[in-house]
Amino acid sequence: METVTERERLASRIQGLRLRGEVMWALRGFFRERGYLEVETPQRVVAPGMEPHLRPVEASGWWLATSPEYQMKRLLAGGLERIYQVCHAFRDEERGDHHVSEFTILEWYRVGASLSDLMEETEELFSHLARATLSTTLVTGPDGRALDLAPGWERLTVAEAFRRHLDLEYTGEETGPELAEAARRAGVGVPEHVLGWDEVFTRIMVDRVEPHLGRGRPTILHRYPARQAALSRLSRDDPRFADRFEVYAGGLELANAFAELTDPAEQRARLEADRQVRRGLGLVDLPLDERFLGALEQGIPETSGIAVGIDRLVMLLVGADRIDQVLTFAPEEL
Amino acid sequence: MLSVSDLKKGLKFLKDGEPHVVLEFQFVKPGKGQGLYKCKLRNMITGSQFEITYRSGESFPEADVTERKMQFLYPEDDRFCFMDTETYEQTYVEAANLGDDALFLSDNMVVDVLLWGERPIGVTLPNFVELQITECEPGVKGDTATGATKPAVLSTGATVNVPLFVEEGEWIKIDTRTGSYVERVKK
Repeated sequence: METVTERERLASRIQGLRLRGEVMWALRGFFRERGYLEVETPQRVVAPGMEPHLRPVEASGWWLATSPEYQMKRLLAGGLERIYQVCHAFRDEERGDHHVSEFTILEWYRVGASLSDLMEETEELFSHLARATLSTTLVTGPDGRALDLAPGWERLTVAEAFRRHLDLEYTGEETGPELAEAARRAGVGVPEHVLGWDEVFTRIMVDRVEPHLGRGRPTILHRYPARQAALSRLSRDDPRFADRFEVYAGGLELANAFAELTDPAEQRARLEADRQVRRGLGLVDLPLDERFLGALEQGIPETSGIAVGIDRLVMLLVGADRIDQVLTFAPEEL
Repeated sequence: MLSVSDLKKGLKFLKDGEPHVVLEFQFVKPGKGQGLYKCKLRNMITGSQFEITYRSGESFPEADVTERKMQFLYPEDDRFCFMDTETYEQTYVEAANLGDDALFLSDNMVVDVLLWGERPIGVTLPNFVELQITECEPGVKGDTATGATKPAVLSTGATVNVPLFVEEGEWIKIDTRTGSYVERVKK
């Protein structure tokens, strides 16, 4: 065992932890002021997120929640219109400078809000938290560059980002091998065995797009291709796209938002499709959350919702480049 | 076999039949995409460096690379002779395998010789070495503030940039990881 005393261990991160405590006060004030109800939903659930790239943690036959989204949407079906929650979420096998498998997530949902309403509210939240804890909106990103969190963030579509950062055009209708070929022509290292459209898309994002996003001010990346919709509804003006956005600052992803998919048949079909992909990959089979689907059948009003990584948000405010700097304990320290 | 979850800086594994070492490592997972492992690798035989991205589920054979403390004795044609400090056994490392590291080797210096099986494929130098300047422009007295530098040739043949006040014949400390001047040392 390392011989680091508790005092030494804490000294290296006390600055981040003090700021984190202040952020939580300011965050609760922000939502209370706006008429949001704070809720707590169970963290051990019957059905975790079905997405094929999530590795849920089993807990006595149930699962630790990968996100509180299913239960929060049931509360919307029950009639609540503005709710938020700060809780831990669990995603196994995610560990790195910006990842930890047990992390803190903020989710909020607002009935009647459009995706652009939510973009504005996110800008307001971030700048409020910065002003309340630092008395300024100027921060240092994880890439070491200065960044202003004040409203007026860049809005960039995924297609524009691909064009700007690697001069690659895509339609979302090409096959995986076709996209892989286009990516290789644009200089992205895509190995021969990578053929799936989604994986090629991810590799392009990771290698050539994400590192450039959120310079000088945060970037709102939006108009995702429909196959990257996850739990968002497809755009009404053009179903090749999804009503989803992500927030980036200093190359780091901070938030993911949806105009929520409320159609129960479409939701069931997407969950079944993901379940098939999981089976094909030989991953553990997960049940569908029938009560969540039942809530959609009873009806959820049009709602937009967003998840923010609180650890990363605190990293941004404290100027940290590693997530461990804002955690009381990293898993390796337990 | 090693898996992607074993990836970290300094890990050595076999790729295309040759040992590689991880220089940089980052786990990335954008949005709803899959987790990927971005690595910068160095081929330990050729020295070439490149970036590569792995995904979960990939595995790698371990590379049987060990380090042994050895003392540098002398260069001989295109190879360098080292002696194991415990067994006194002598080993030759090809100049091609040493690359620029050869420029910082001085007589009797103790280094870690990397062995792939029994085959020597390179050395790990100490982070700092002290070497004598054999050739440089005369020093400029008192100039400690401008940050201007001049080239200096060392006893090993390496050329490093040093501050203007440093004189021929003096000993300096060099960071072998960057090949840069650190400070003057008294000998």
